Amino acid sequence: MKEFLQGIRDGSAIGIGYLSVSFTFGIAAVSCGLDWWQAFMVSFMNLTSAGQFAGITIMASVGTYFEMAASQFIINLRYALMSISLSQKVDRQFTFPKKLVLGFAVTDEIFAVAMSRQGEVGSAYFAGLTVLPLLGWNLGTLAGAVLGDILPGNIVSALGLAIYGMFIAIVVPVVKEDKHMRLVVLLALLLSFCLYYLPGLKKISSGFAIILCSVAASAVGAWLFPVEEEAQEGDVNG
Amino acid sequence: MKNFWIYLAVMFAVTYLVRVVPFVIFREKIKNRYVRSFLAYIPYTVLGAMTFPAVFYATGSVPGAVAGVVVALILAYRGKGLFPVAVFASFTAFIVSFIISL
Repeated sequence: MKEFLQGIRDGSAIGIGYLSVSFTFGIAAVSCGLDWWQAFMVSFMNLTSAGQFAGITIMASVGTYFEMAASQFIINLRYALMSISLSQKVDRQFTFPKKLVLGFAVTDEIFAVAMSRQGEVGSAYFAGLTVLPLLGWNLGTLAGAVLGDILPGNIVSALGLAIYGMFIAIVVPVVKEDKHMRLVVLLALLLSFCLYYLPGLKKISSGFAIILCSVAASAVGAWLFPVEEEAQEGDVNG
Repeated sequence: MKNFWIYLAVMFAVTYLVRVVPFVIFREKIKNRYVRSFLAYIPYTVLGAMTFPAVFYATGSVPGAVAGVVVALILAYRGKGLFPVAVFASFTAFIVSFIISL
């Protein structure tokens, strides 16, 4: 119980952050043509910002189901890497059924906090960690989706920029510090502009364009600038 | 839109399995340097490709969106958080498109 409460405390900052991010997701979803309850269901079932945003874009553009699956797979592939790291950090009480349930809540931020904890991570602590982020994510979406219906059209369309603003705020600090990351992201942008504007390539749907650009740029990046081993892995505790 | 529930089921199934299957089956770390590098680059190339050039058409006013993007880039470069960057980008887009519409 003590572990669970500590988890809740450690998750509070994430919860507040998610409240605001999911608020703009709710607005974006409604302006894409989803009903408020559909926006809520997407957040309830997925708990992932970039994946959900790509998802509602594909829904709005009447993409194929395969496109939906492929885009979610590529965009959320990083969670697989995080889950692998996390699987080495959890204790023995973190059993198979608990992994099936709590694995749902692996996100960039929850993963980061869990990995920064000293020693092993127990299931009670991890469960506590997910409480406020889940609450924030769902309530924020609901509020954004409902308000998105009420707010005047020109305000809602200006708020369409909010989610991209957040993406920019995630990417810029990283490309500012890391020269290789900067080149790789610039390559992805260059490809994205080509697919968007060049005649003939324009026929490629937006979901597949994102997959093509990110996979191609990341593959070139891995080939030209393979990243060094991370120094801060918790092998000492092993 | 096609069937919302099928879209939702596909989204959920893929996102859930990507998270949980490695959590359950992996005991060893991925050693391959190229696979690790590829996975390290993926989140940022995805966000980059998702943002540009689609962001310019996100508000119904290209000049407004461009102004918002410039503000977002400057604030993000100065280390501002996700929410202030998003709010000021939207606010800028709103003001600029409002002025143009006068």
